[in-house]
Amino acid sequence: MPIDKVYASFADAVADVPDGAVIMMDGFGGPGGMPQQLILALRDQGAKDLTIISNTAGLPGFGAVSGQEVINHSVLVENGQVRKIIASFPVSPSASRPNAFELAYREGKVELEVLPQGTLAERIRAGGAGIPAFYTPTGVGTVVAEGKEVRTFDGREYLLETGLTADFAFLRAYKSDTLGNTTYRGSSRNFNAVMATAARITVVEVEEILQPGDLDPEAIATPGIFVHRIVRR
Amino acid sequence: MAMDRLPREVIAMRVARELPDGSYVNLGIGIPTLVSQFIPEGRSVIYHSENGILNYGPMAPEGQEDIDLINAGGQFLEPVPGMAFFDSSAAFGMIRGGHIDVSVLGALQVSERGDLANWMVPQRGVGNIGGAMDLAAGAKRVIVAMEHTTPKGDHKIVPECTFPLTARECVSLICTDVAVIEASPAGLVLVEVAPGWAPEEVQAITGAPLRVSPGLREIEL
Repeated sequence: MPIDKVYASFADAVADVPDGAVIMMDGFGGPGGMPQQLILALRDQGAKDLTIISNTAGLPGFGAVSGQEVINHSVLVENGQVRKIIASFPVSPSASRPNAFELAYREGKVELEVLPQGTLAERIRAGGAGIPAFYTPTGVGTVVAEGKEVRTFDGREYLLETGLTADFAFLRAYKSDTLGNTTYRGSSRNFNAVMATAARITVVEVEEILQPGDLDPEAIATPGIFVHRIVRR
Repeated sequence: MAMDRLPREVIAMRVARELPDGSYVNLGIGIPTLVSQFIPEGRSVIYHSENGILNYGPMAPEGQEDIDLINAGGQFLEPVPGMAFFDSSAAFGMIRGGHIDVSVLGALQVSERGDLANWMVPQRGVGNIGGAMDLAAGAKRVIVAMEHTTPKGDHKIVPECTFPLTARECVSLICTDVAVIEASPAGLVLVEVAPGWAPEEVQAITGAPLRVSPGLREIEL
């Protein structure tokens, strides 16, 4: 039987997300990499106590064309579905304009683990590649180092960081074929292509679904082995 | 009697002179973003943006915004020849791996040893690390571009950072609205002053001791 990873609807693609799931999502911050339709479907599906691993925790207006509606993590935070966020850029750059996450955090409704963006990316890459831990120079001598092993190589100190994996990755990409081979567009590849490798179930929302052979094999940034579900937006 | 402070654009102009021809450069948010407007004639600099772009150019004009073409500050970019796109792990491999020649960052505090604090104001209780810790730890040279003091007049150049650190002993040069200061674990050296400023006047608004360079001069642009 030919492999076909295409799901008919966003609701179908997120139907089995359980309470307490760990979900990687979001490209960088703007709508280009944000799995907007999967976020809305997850809101309607209603799973609670979620841990979200993402670069941001929802930045209203960031990278968005003015006048266009912005759908991001805030939808899930405001709906009370998020227990914890693991992010590098969780709050608005401006303290006077807090995002939904910061308001919930101040009320003690959401936990936060904040970490350097490169450490986040590498922890996800390592998780997807079967590397349990690695040493990085980033964060030595800062709050990020608290409780972590420090080891010296060639006279320089490094922190031990562990790989990250998730139950689900929700991604926004450009085009996939039915085998899951996926391409991205411009600056929207960023975390998407890394997260694709590190989840038990990777769900991709795309602009177009093609037949095998329609994508240039040289242009595929996420090979189909990492993709389990595809939905057209 | 101290003269006026330099505008943000002039700080950016001074930083721009520090970027070598052919260098790979990452510009942070705020004054650092302005630096790209002031690259001296005949010099080529390739910009890296940690959301996965090399060789970006000007901002896109209104009406031509593309949500798949933004820099790490969320600004829309124009497509230009020679751009390259990649994922976040590659973007930070470039940073941590020592492939970025210069990182220009804003700062809340810089210590006399060149420690940098730029990600969190403690009173807020939460902050954004973003790419700053990786850039501060990984770039070959870190230049800080900032106002010399806070709007209230509090020192930003201090003996020890009281705000949470971004990285230790990482800053090489501080360009402010009144001075250019070389930083190293051995201490701070005042190398340039803004027009009308005497070294004592700069020291008076600086929390850490400054040694005055024998070659001290006025900031040239």
